[in-house]
Amino acid sequence: MSERRIKILVGKPGLDGHDVGAKVIVRALMEAGFEVIYTGLRQTPETIAIKAREANVDVIGVSILSGSHIPLCRRLREELQEKGLYDKLWIVGGNIPEEDRMVLKQLGFSGVFPTGTKTGDIVTFIRENLK
Amino acid sequence: MTAPLVEQKAKASRKSAELKPVINESGIEVKTLYTLADVISSGGIDQSPPGEAPFTRGIHSEMYRRRPWTMRQYTGFANAADTNKRFKYLIENGQTGLNVAFDLATQCGYDSDAPEAMGEVGRVGMAVDTLRDFETAFDGIDLDAITVSLTINGTAAILIAMYFAMAEKRGYDLAKLRGTAQNDILKEFIGRGTWIFPVDSSVKLVADTIEYCAKIAPKYSPVSVCGYHIRESGATPAEEMGYAFCIAKAYSDMALARGLDIDEFAGRLSFNFNIFGNLFEQIAKFRAGRRHWAKIMIDEYHAKDPSSGWMRMIAGGGGFGLTIEQPENNITRGAYYALVAALSGAQTMALCCYDEAYTIPTPKAQRISLRTMQLLIEEIGLCDTVDPLGGSYYVETLTNQMEDKIVEAMNWVDSVGGIVKAVSDGLIQSKVSAYAYERQKNTESGALRKVGVNCYVESNEEKPNVEMHPYDEIGANEQIDALRKIRDERDNEAVGRCLRALRDDAVAGRNVMPAMVQAVKAYATVGEITDTLVGIYGRFAEPTRFS
Repeated sequence: MSERRIKILVGKPGLDGHDVGAKVIVRALMEAGFEVIYTGLRQTPETIAIKAREANVDVIGVSILSGSHIPLCRRLREELQEKGLYDKLWIVGGNIPEEDRMVLKQLGFSGVFPTGTKTGDIVTFIRENLK
Repeated sequence: MTAPLVEQKAKASRKSAELKPVINESGIEVKTLYTLADVISSGGIDQSPPGEAPFTRGIHSEMYRRRPWTMRQYTGFANAADTNKRFKYLIENGQTGLNVAFDLATQCGYDSDAPEAMGEVGRVGMAVDTLRDFETAFDGIDLDAITVSLTINGTAAILIAMYFAMAEKRGYDLAKLRGTAQNDILKEFIGRGTWIFPVDSSVKLVADTIEYCAKIAPKYSPVSVCGYHIRESGATPAEEMGYAFCIAKAYSDMALARGLDIDEFAGRLSFNFNIFGNLFEQIAKFRAGRRHWAKIMIDEYHAKDPSSGWMRMIAGGGGFGLTIEQPENNITRGAYYALVAALSGAQTMALCCYDEAYTIPTPKAQRISLRTMQLLIEEIGLCDTVDPLGGSYYVETLTNQMEDKIVEAMNWVDSVGGIVKAVSDGLIQSKVSAYAYERQKNTESGALRKVGVNCYVESNEEKPNVEMHPYDEIGANEQIDALRKIRDERDNEAVGRCLRALRDDAVAGRNVMPAMVQAVKAYATVGEITDTLVGIYGRFAEPTRFS
């Protein structure tokens, strides 16, 4: 892992247009030295998985503030598995109630970051979990 | 005992040497004391009374003594019937205007049964598929007694058409109908993100609505230009106002190109601004903005009607200022925001609710916001006199300085080729997101103080859980069933004819509003109308630059 820069895709699935947080994270990850691809708004789980595979990323992160995180992550999991990306690190951030965090972890999103998370914590999490 | 003057001076300079400089978000250094000399050197005091251009002190001569601000809380529930119930509750509680929220499918131009709408039907507001939803939502509500504001952008032209069709069916005279649509698509590209068509076509649609309203419904406000969301996305207060003015000018230029006279529509343009941040900076922003907008309208656009130069505004929200930590503090923050709006001469307030950082406001939270505004009117004396801070050395100086900063922001937009180009290329988006990142870093480091977040944090403090209204699957299915029933029952030949007429007008570059109104009257859906236009205009490809 140490030979090449960590590559991460940040996606905004669904119709939710709140992208302030996603863009803040993109900048924080770039500043941490990662190579970051931002999908822009209005992505489907399928387009996110396709872009992740094409770019051969190490990490797939999605930002969801509309409250649709469980159905969207469930579909994203199917797409990612189907495209052979089950061994990548999956993370999710947004307006995520306490009771949904375990559900998302069980779906395979090992990093779950509710609003208010420090950007540095996300960077650390990625570094530690890609070893 | 008074110390000798020399000693006093020495003391003062020692003291000031220890003080850290204070620079507000717009980049103005704040002094420890302001005097008349500061006012004069910054440009003096505008002596015009309120109600007279350039309106620094207010757009009306008697302001709230004549009529307090309109209270218009943002509301919209799953379906039209529930929304109708909540509207009636708010009206019974003394609310004087309605502010309608729509679900994301409606905002992005998808019908409730489209795959893209899955999981979104009625989630963040009311679902609208056809005119029938508008008929239900406004049933029994007197559209003369209460003004309705539609918080809609990407599909604003369609929903304005529905509002007019519904009002007409109920016997209202469109020539007298009042109301507002947000309909500010340029800010959607900068923040909020419910764009559909490419920038040029999107702006063309806004011009269509302005032109149509000027002719058919001259009392209706077709556009509310939103600095609000630009500020949420990361802009400074001065940029918020400067970019909003660039946007309002872009719409005005398009309308003028249609052969309209500036006075036919400028008086119906309104603005939506943000409140969070430094209290004096916001108040100065509004006073400066009001003055500068009047100058733009009078000097650049040669408006003759005084109301063309009015910066009418809705204010009171400041979502970014609220915190999920110690949420009761948001009640206090909201009260200060309302105070700012009142001291700034806002026409309408939509005050943020204390729980909106983690859920869709409960009726209780909405009532607290409503009562906060009523307190200012009834108990605290905010309606007694116009522009009560006018003449303050600090506020007058800051007003002059903020106007300079607003001009600076507008000049930057001009220097990169104008607002349409700046938005199409993603330049503004990149600029504001860079500042949002700085703000985040400063909050994390504690340089930007946030009570309950990075200071005065209590140990063992319980954060409220983020509450999501559970997705109403049954309600969503009912909405879909009703939509399918309408598709079966309506005259589908008429719908096809209307959509073809709409397509022809779009191809020919004509104003699409007349055809749109015919289409909604035939119960064409939001998705069908949007798809017809996408077929001609295409979809926006979002630039994702970070430099």
